[in-house]
Amino acid sequence: MEQYISLYEGYARLKRTRAAFILALTFGLVLLIGIAVTLGSADLGIGESYLAILAGLFPGTFSAPDLAITIVWDYRLHRVLFAVCAGFGLAVAGSVMQGILRNPLASPFTLGIASAAATGASIAIVLGAGVAGGEYLIIGNAFLFALLAAFGIYGMARYRGIGSETMVLAGIALMYLFSAVTSLLQYVGSSEQLQAVVFWMFGSVDKSTWPKLGIVALVLACTVPYLIYRAWDLNALAEGDEVAAGLGVPVERSMTVMMLIASLITAVIICFTGTIGFIGLVAPHITRMVIGSDFRTLLPASGLTGALLLLAADSIARSILAPQVIPVGIVTAFLGVPFFIYLFLHRRDA
Amino acid sequence: MMPLISIEDLSFAYRDREVLHEITFPVEGGEVLGLVGPNGCGKTTLIRCINGMLSPRRGRVVLDGRDIRNMHRREVARAVAYVPQSAGNRTTATVFETVLMGRRPYLNWKVSPTDEEKVVEALTLLDLEELALRRVAELSGGERQRVMIARALVQETGAIFLDEPTSNLDVCHQMGVMEILRDLADKKGLAIVIALHDLNLAATYCHRLLVLEGGSIYSYGAPAEVLTEDMLRSVYGIEAVVKRDMPAPYIVPLRRGCLESGLKPARSSQ
Repeated sequence: MEQYISLYEGYARLKRTRAAFILALTFGLVLLIGIAVTLGSADLGIGESYLAILAGLFPGTFSAPDLAITIVWDYRLHRVLFAVCAGFGLAVAGSVMQGILRNPLASPFTLGIASAAATGASIAIVLGAGVAGGEYLIIGNAFLFALLAAFGIYGMARYRGIGSETMVLAGIALMYLFSAVTSLLQYVGSSEQLQAVVFWMFGSVDKSTWPKLGIVALVLACTVPYLIYRAWDLNALAEGDEVAAGLGVPVERSMTVMMLIASLITAVIICFTGTIGFIGLVAPHITRMVIGSDFRTLLPASGLTGALLLLAADSIARSILAPQVIPVGIVTAFLGVPFFIYLFLHRRDA
Repeated sequence: MMPLISIEDLSFAYRDREVLHEITFPVEGGEVLGLVGPNGCGKTTLIRCINGMLSPRRGRVVLDGRDIRNMHRREVARAVAYVPQSAGNRTTATVFETVLMGRRPYLNWKVSPTDEEKVVEALTLLDLEELALRRVAELSGGERQRVMIARALVQETGAIFLDEPTSNLDVCHQMGVMEILRDLADKKGLAIVIALHDLNLAATYCHRLLVLEGGSIYSYGAPAEVLTEDMLRSVYGIEAVVKRDMPAPYIVPLRRGCLESGLKPARSSQ
């Protein structure tokens, strides 16, 4: 009987650790949002920033100086929230891809989706050709190419019934192909075009606006709850097709749907931000090291980790050489890699 | 009495290559059935057809009186559990969670206290309580196999299919796993179907054996009937002596030329 109690107790403790981790991440994120909103050329304190956020949300209940409200709501908050959403989405997409493909290296980048987006953007920048016009020329192309790469890989997988290892290889092959196309476009482009392409590929949340944030948030709101709802399928698929099938998971359909959702999330984010690497690869690993691999908690927790990482990186990118803003895609690696290696060297089961 | 599962006239082909040919046999509760035969004879394919992962070209699999083609995947998973070969090798979860996954056919999202109770029961039965919060990847091969059996148990199926559960285990752990499986059949009345390479292990623990050769049934029956020198010669192409003075038939394979030289080892092949 004692064994029973200690077993239940042990599992209950694991669940508490997970809840505490998610809670801590949420708290940290809210705090960091407040801090990130204070960053910029106009001097605003943390208290003022929170007050301005609240005043914008509940104009009757809270009040703040008009200038503060304008600065926070028109210039800073959407950027901060965009970083949060982008980090969240990239990390969730990375978790799903790593789980389904059972490959720790799977991420939007190793599968060629990001370099396809870069090719799409380059075509828009260098050749001026695209599916949409005006402001959405580059964005539309990047989005389209990202999805094209995802469908390409998936089509190959379906056509020949290739396994997950081959899918990762096919993704890497596609990555090289698209990189070559992008290089060619850079080679033939003018120096201004070259600069624009390179800058796009750095990745940043500079160009965020409320409508863009709305699009990303909407896609996340429609897809992430579904992925979390399907967490048991992901758990089973992470162990292999045969195990999943034996547990009653419709393997092919689940894999298709989830890969396409993960690709859609990636595409809708990177078409606005450019190539922000690393978050989608590393946030899931960091989270898994802390709370294990149950997708019911892994998905929300790695989303929050990704959001926190990207927002922290963006905050540093904005303040370290202020008023210069370094593209966040550069900072994510500077910030994340040492942290990642530290965790690797210090984890319990090493 | 109707068998738990009947496999009726089942044929399967990968593209134009026929892998299984008109297979018919029953799977009965309370019985350990060993699937034996050389590499590539269709053991794994047969198991995959029975649990609905592959669709047979002809014939059918009947579960509780129903053709599995008309059943939802989840329903099949509540009737048949499957432990694939080298399962658990890439599991990163803890033992408890891995076993809990066996409740997937019953769960939507939320885990109920009943689900947790079933997991604890299975862990206790298989002597895994101490390991419950360790990661599966850290366990030894024998422990890992017990975790996989525990997971199959919480699926609460009438039948468990295992593909080479004893490969990569030393003789002591091979026997440990087989004892557990035999116990599940004898005491809980489960149907246990095991694809096995080790014929002596099969003879010791299985109630019945099904010998496959090139995708067809060569013979089916109790180990003593099935394991004969003739069978070994024509299915495996080896000369062997089957000793019958022990509780189960025991196969002693002979080096080429042994029979001619009067059961003495051949010195060299000149």
